[in-house]
Amino acid sequence: MQQRSTIAPNSFDALIPETARVTSVRKETVDTFTMDLDRGFRFEPGQFNMLYAFGAGEVPISISGDPADSSRLVHTIRSVGAVTKRLEALRPGDMLGVRGPYGEGWPMAKARGHDIVIVAGGIGLAPLRPVIYHALRHRDDYGNVVLLYGARSPEDMIFESELHRWRGRFDMGVKVIVDRAPSSWRTHVGVVTTLIPKVYFDPIDTIAMVCGPEVMMRFVVREFQNRGLTEDKIYVSMERNMKCAVGLCGHCQFGPEFICADGPVFRYDRVRDIIGIREI
Amino acid sequence: MNPEESNPEALLIAITQHKFCTGLSDAHLKTLASMAEAVSIEPGRFLIREGGKADRFYLIRTGKLFIEMYAPGRGAVPITTIGTGDVLGWSWSLPPYRWHFDAKALTLTRVVSLDANKLKDRCDEDHDFGYEIIKRLLLVAQNRLQQTRMHMLDLYKPPQVEQL
Repeated sequence: MQQRSTIAPNSFDALIPETARVTSVRKETVDTFTMDLDRGFRFEPGQFNMLYAFGAGEVPISISGDPADSSRLVHTIRSVGAVTKRLEALRPGDMLGVRGPYGEGWPMAKARGHDIVIVAGGIGLAPLRPVIYHALRHRDDYGNVVLLYGARSPEDMIFESELHRWRGRFDMGVKVIVDRAPSSWRTHVGVVTTLIPKVYFDPIDTIAMVCGPEVMMRFVVREFQNRGLTEDKIYVSMERNMKCAVGLCGHCQFGPEFICADGPVFRYDRVRDIIGIREI
Repeated sequence: MNPEESNPEALLIAITQHKFCTGLSDAHLKTLASMAEAVSIEPGRFLIREGGKADRFYLIRTGKLFIEMYAPGRGAVPITTIGTGDVLGWSWSLPPYRWHFDAKALTLTRVVSLDANKLKDRCDEDHDFGYEIIKRLLLVAQNRLQQTRMHMLDLYKPPQVEQL
């Protein structure tokens, strides 16, 4: 199995996909699946790859696997358009193109010595799963680790078995909330922001990592601010139409930033003034 | 719903420690304690029922409840969950003084139950006290309204992106 380090983003090689073989596909929800590839390389939590479905096109997909496992690449994908539907149709043994990893990931080094509060909405848990793997693997490096996860319904939750496993640990807090639930549901119903006042963290020594729909992230940031967390302690993962993934084509330009090269993870104060501008 | 034995001192402490009462003066806290009783609700039991007379105001001490509505053909639909530190019900403060939803305990829930008629009367008599109560109720209403708006956005709905 080929191993490689991160490609320099400005090199020509950064635009050339390599082939990889699908080793397994797991259904997460009705429209979301997790795919393992036989190619592995080092990546930082929060980075993404460009996956190329031959004949259909390329899409940016966050890496959702364990950063310490360099034997395979794991991506969790929501099937919403032509390319992702083609990816969904792939089966073990099929080939696809992959290039990456790209982008700035979550601030794991800066978070050392701090509490970590992770807020994920829907498929936003996928780019945050590597954070959880990393934090649990280096548990002594961090204070409280808390995951707050919101989904549309119990059937729309991804990584459900892992959520149960994490919730069963003594060294991690997990709270789950759904928008809609049957009356047999036994935990929270409502929006994910309502979970923030229910968990303990020290605002002076906490790093918050947030990924989900942009509107959700805005409300989550407000709730964190109500709890005394300053903007320089809050990180969000942004999403735009990424094409080249190396900051050349400009498709994902976000004010003065390129999501693909300067992000996708940003400290909130860097994007605060542009996140609400409709034209951007 | 089971009334719990509690001495007035313990009740006053429970009220003082509740988030809703943060910042109230000692006199106002004592006023609340004078119209309060401690109550517990077993899992699966209703604390309030839609259409019922809204004559209590609840400070939730511990536990978890579903706010739910019954929809024909769908059964009980949970709208939101409330729990420790939250309050339940402001229908007592506005006509027609009827509950607009059901509240069912998910876990053993302990509340401070306030006599809403006495509370209303006291708010009318002592405007300083009334202002403090209404200010807090408005904050609760604002938070719930904000949550409802977010709920309506259907945040996690799949995007309509043909290209991806």
